[in-house]
Amino acid sequence: MAEHNVVLYSTATCPFCIQTKKYLEDKGISYTNHDVAADQEARKEMVEKSSQMGVPVLIIDEKIIIGFDRQEIEAALGL
Amino acid sequence: MDDIIIIGAGPAGMTAAVYATRKKLAVRIISDNIGGQALYSSGVENYLGYKYITGEELVQKFEEHMKSFDIKQEYVKATGVRQKDGGFVVTTDRSGEFEAKTLIVASGKIPRRLGVPGEKEFANRGVAYCSTCDGPMFAGMDVAVVGGGNSGFDAAVQLVKIASKVYVIEFGERIIADEVYQDHIKQASNAEVRTNTAVKEILGDKFVKAIKVEDRKSGAISEIPVGGIFVEIGWRPTVDFLNGLVALNKIEEIEIDCACRTSEPGIFAAGDVTNVPEKQIIISAGEGAKAALSAYDYIVRGGI
Repeated sequence: MAEHNVVLYSTATCPFCIQTKKYLEDKGISYTNHDVAADQEARKEMVEKSSQMGVPVLIIDEKIIIGFDRQEIEAALGL
Repeated sequence: MDDIIIIGAGPAGMTAAVYATRKKLAVRIISDNIGGQALYSSGVENYLGYKYITGEELVQKFEEHMKSFDIKQEYVKATGVRQKDGGFVVTTDRSGEFEAKTLIVASGKIPRRLGVPGEKEFANRGVAYCSTCDGPMFAGMDVAVVGGGNSGFDAAVQLVKIASKVYVIEFGERIIADEVYQDHIKQASNAEVRTNTAVKEILGDKFVKAIKVEDRKSGAISEIPVGGIFVEIGWRPTVDFLNGLVALNKIEEIEIDCACRTSEPGIFAAGDVTNVPEKQIIISAGEGAKAALSAYDYIVRGGI
């Protein structure tokens, strides 16, 4: 499987964020997590990159995926 | 063609899937999320077997159990249903169409919309429906919460700790939230409650900047500068995709009998989307099981 750069913007309490993390971990995909509730800079970054405020935001290479969308994630990872 | 298509993968849908597959039926679930409203319960203490478990963890348990069976899942949204040759065709937003002999509608409820200009345009750009999920994004901002019931006040109680100011906007004369919530908000120095107030429009450019409100007594229109608006005015059954195919009651819930049969032979329904009198995870799970067994019965008897 090709290496992908996976970045997740999430909060600790949002259920879809928890599901996204579990999904990535179950598939053995390493990712960088930014807690946008705790980290103001990360929050600004997320809002700028995705032009919206909803979490989770997953950036797989250049592809921005908003919400826990299995179909989009699988397509971006080539699964 | 499947034996059963289950629309919705909350507690009702997932339980229905397990029951149906154990009857050796070909089952497909169509749902853009796993867990439904149960995901939003922060602490569940009345689902037998668990003295305390978060909604998300309980959903994980359901999902693990369900995945131990061979059930097809399409992670997409059902957008329409029509009859075909004694069975049904379900159209989806991204994966085309699927056919089945029977349907179980377990699509639950979604947050009620305000229906004002700007609401759709600013979705996720200042308009939110879940304070647990989205609250943290509004730290240090002024926000409005629309809804003077328990949902609204629960959101307000969370938000007064995060936002710089919280306006609670209630359309009616009185606040109907529980006294405990009301007291909490009365004591918060950064909360302001406005009754007899209607939200007329949501304004902004890239993100929400203000809401336009009307004082229903005087007719006066004013603007409240806010960076976010949480809409907490109740939940609506997810039935639009059915396009009138089954009978609904006055509050748009699917009317079912005690065997989960709808007005349309071959279509069954379970959980919060129906007129079951109480909406609880354990009840939805039970209804899902009943619906699956009813669907099995219907198939085995040749659809009579």
